Amino acid sequence: MNLAAKDIQHNFGRFALTTLGVGMLLMVVMGMGGIYRGIVEDATILVDRVGADLWIVQRNTKGPFAEVSRVQPNLVHRVLAVPGVQASREFAYYTIQRENRGKQLRIAVLGLSWPTDKGEWVTLIAGRLLTQNHFEMIVDESLGIHLGETIKLGKETYTAVGITKGMLSLNGDGLAFVTLPDALAIQFDTPGESIRLERAAREGRGEVSELVLKQPTLLDQAAKPSGDLPAIARPQLSAVLVTLASGTDLDQVVNIISGWGDVSVYTKEGQRQLLLKGMVEKVRRQIGLFRVLLTVIAAIIMALILYTMTLDKIHSIALLKLIGAPNRVILGLIMQQALVLGVLGYCIAYTIGQKVFPMFPRRVILTQTDLLQLAGIVLLISVVSSLLGIWKAMNVSPNEALA
Amino acid sequence: MSKKETKNDLAIETLGLTKIYGSGNTEVVAMKDASMQVHNGEVVALLGPSGSGKSTFLAAVGLINPPTSGKVFIGGQLTLDGGEAYTNLRSFRRHHIGFIFQKSNLIPFLTAVENVQIALELNGETPRAGRKRAMELLDYLGVADRADNLPSMLSGGQQQRVAVARALANRPSVILADEPTAALDSSRGRQVMELFAQVAHEQGAGVIVVTHDHRALDIFDTIYEMEDGLMQRKIQHAESSV
Ligand SMILES: Nc1ncnc2c1ncn2[C@@H]1O[C@H](COP(=O)(O)OP(=O)(O)OP(=O)(O)O)[C@@H](O)[C@H]1O
Ligand SMILES: [Mg+2]
Repeated sequence: MNLAAKDIQHNFGRFALTTLGVGMLLMVVMGMGGIYRGIVEDATILVDRVGADLWIVQRNTKGPFAEVSRVQPNLVHRVLAVPGVQASREFAYYTIQRENRGKQLRIAVLGLSWPTDKGEWVTLIAGRLLTQNHFEMIVDESLGIHLGETIKLGKETYTAVGITKGMLSLNGDGLAFVTLPDALAIQFDTPGESIRLERAAREGRGEVSELVLKQPTLLDQAAKPSGDLPAIARPQLSAVLVTLASGTDLDQVVNIISGWGDVSVYTKEGQRQLLLKGMVEKVRRQIGLFRVLLTVIAAIIMALILYTMTLDKIHSIALLKLIGAPNRVILGLIMQQALVLGVLGYCIAYTIGQKVFPMFPRRVILTQTDLLQLAGIVLLISVVSSLLGIWKAMNVSPNEALA
Repeated sequence: MSKKETKNDLAIETLGLTKIYGSGNTEVVAMKDASMQVHNGEVVALLGPSGSGKSTFLAAVGLINPPTSGKVFIGGQLTLDGGEAYTNLRSFRRHHIGFIFQKSNLIPFLTAVENVQIALELNGETPRAGRKRAMELLDYLGVADRADNLPSMLSGGQQQRVAVARALANRPSVILADEPTAALDSSRGRQVMELFAQVAHEQGAGVIVVTHDHRALDIFDTIYEMEDGLMQRKIQHAESSV
């Protein structure tokens, strides 16, 4: 006869509710782990997917994700000249916050070096890739922009031609892929008034400049758009991505480019580490600590539950001792209930989690390792937290059955 | 030599049992120098006013609450000397002693039949055989029809009969009953007492029954009375006094 099962059966409603409560608590612990995995995955998905061997960024910066990086547009051609480099492409990346259909929308804009990079590495769930140099974009589904929908960014209107899934920035904002010229146009969009003011200011500065006094025609130049002025550089890129020819010695290429005074170079793994160590580290530690705390709380709550459950049947336990039940029977009664509570709680956590986690704004990823690890921890908690109840049960005198 | 033979014939022997609760101002001497001998097959009634120490004596003999001083022998074997145990008390209780208490003491989350069955299973009986014997005992005590009810659904008398069934389950050599018939009507009460006598005679068990029911005293072989913690032998019937 299984005493643990009989007792649970007798107090079924209460036990079920308790198990549900423990299950919800474990679900939060499980979710915490999943959120952590989600953050790591989101942080590195771009670096993993874009498939560049090297990332060349502004000297001494850890860009383009961790901080702002600006490199000269001609860098892309300089890099091509390095032996072993098969391809190089421009990369622009920044985040904007705009309003769309009355909703605040945070968009991480990524400029593709079209047509070299049409975004083949982006997995589409609907629509198509970019087919023209302007005014098209691929958006992540998390942005809530429908296929064919248009959105005004800067002076132009862009049409969503493709939808992708799970492409998020480090902060969890959905990505929008446009061509590089569009990306720069959106980023460096200057209102007309501001341009007029700048041109007027140029004239003002020119009138007192000795150079203009000697060459008055220079002032005519100043009225032209910035892009047409040889002295004023084009808007700059975030980074240049390099693909190496197969069989090339990575270190050798890194050595050469590192020698250039204006840039720093990171390997794919280096860039990953920048993201994980630099940006995600604190979040990771925060969530990690929170997870530990929650686990401890779960253990304490389970210990209290099991202790109360033991107290509730302390009279029966005294009676069992009185009629000669050995300790192993009493230990089994408490321990089995602890394990049932833990195991069922875990199953409830998993089942409800499967339904609830996808509704979270950021990804919650349950990996096999994390699930197994948590299962181990739950078993351990079950055993440890039953100790208090077991201690109480072991100390009760059979005499108390008579009281 | 003859003394040894007598000892072997004893189901229960207590020597100078004294129990003192508390100390100093709150000291209560619940039992003083109580000695008793119960032979195999002998049924003893223990009478006495409330608070005289009857339950205290039974708890000491039952190896549940050891005396402050004095010895308890069960089946000739020294089990307790004061607070000191000379055997594994719990396993000894399981094998040799059946209890029925003043208040019914059933496990609330087990049905009537399971309450009996558990005692059998603890003693190594298989669930099947245990259940069969438990049902037989319940049937014998007239509560078989309530076998699958929880104690909370049974009347006081029915609970008491289930407790009797549990006490008899393992064919103990010692049966200790503390007012087992308090919740029963007089005919049922007498029936239970007769059952004890029958078990005692058939199995050669030593039985001590604390009772207030003077109508059933003719069933007992010997009558003891406690007063203020002191034990006194009152009557010994002819058949066992030879
Ligand atoms: N745990 C205890 N602590 C202190 N005193 C106790 C304790 N248990 C019993 N006593 C005292 O010991 C004395 C004997 O108690 P006991 O229960 O043995 O009496 P009893 O003869 O069984 O009475 P009743 O017929 O009412 O059941 C009483 O005075 C009681 O108050
Ligand atoms: Mg009493």
